[in-house]
Amino acid sequence: MDVWLNDDRRDVPSGTTVAALMAEHGVPERGVAVAVDGAVVPRAAWAATALVEGSRVEVLTAVQGG
Amino acid sequence: MDPLVIGGRKLGSRLIMGTGGAANLAVLERALVASGTELTTVAMRRLDAGGGPGVLALLERLGIEALPNTAGCRTAAEAVHTARMAREALATDLVKLEVVADERTLLPDPIELLDAAEQLVDDGFTVLPYTNDDPVLATKLAEAGCAAVMPLGAPIGTGLGIRNPHNIEMITAASPVPVVLDAGIGTASEAAQAMELGCDAVLLATAVTRASDPEAMATAMRLAVEAGHLAHGAGRIPRRFWAQASSPGSE
Repeated sequence: MDVWLNDDRRDVPSGTTVAALMAEHGVPERGVAVAVDGAVVPRAAWAATALVEGSRVEVLTAVQGG
Repeated sequence: MDPLVIGGRKLGSRLIMGTGGAANLAVLERALVASGTELTTVAMRRLDAGGGPGVLALLERLGIEALPNTAGCRTAAEAVHTARMAREALATDLVKLEVVADERTLLPDPIELLDAAEQLVDDGFTVLPYTNDDPVLATKLAEAGCAAVMPLGAPIGTGLGIRNPHNIEMITAASPVPVVLDAGIGTASEAAQAMELGCDAVLLATAVTRASDPEAMATAMRLAVEAGHLAHGAGRIPRRFWAQASSPGSE
């Protein structure tokens, strides 16, 4: 199935979880936040949150600014 | 210096720094150390593949608390979402709330700002809003439960100083919460002026990070904030029209 990771299309196996997607892309454990379809997914819920066809996954981190 | 208390946190330094504009992390590190800051802003952006730990690791190593901002947000909904992402990423309830109206002025959109502030206070955030130098809006933000108000001296990055000192003074005179002069500072005298006008702290980035010598300017800003704070507390002499001799008469 296709999901969107920061606006890039990714082909992933059906039932892929947030945790699996993050691991596959080497996303660090700390200092990041994930939202799926606009709703924050707390780190503790990554493993239990399955993506579906067309899920929009946003991954943010802190950068220099302000 | 007596500590500044914002949202239950005691800060020994009244200079809040930003991290934007520094040429690299080594320059930023020297500037942050020279500034003596204990609280420093970061922005939230999409994670790029291969992005290093960067600024967060630096702040952690220096023992400086991160203050995430919502820079780039144009609506209350965007700002609330960004604040929630920052809380998740950084495990903090602090947020520098920015909701700007357009790219040319980067001035706060007061309607969206107040809306976002109300939502974030309800959601348990410690909200520090970047606001216009408008005493009425500052009062409304404080009434909404913001932990401080942060009026601009001039638009972000302009270095034009404090364009409306009387407005800033009206804000500091009436505010029930700490006032942080945020944006517009170009050089040390303007940071001192902010404190003399009764501000509780100064937040700046560009004036230091884009100075020819960021470390020296950071030192200047630290001293200016301390000097202005002391001068404000010391009670300046009234202004007189005619001279008043400071030496005894010769007769």
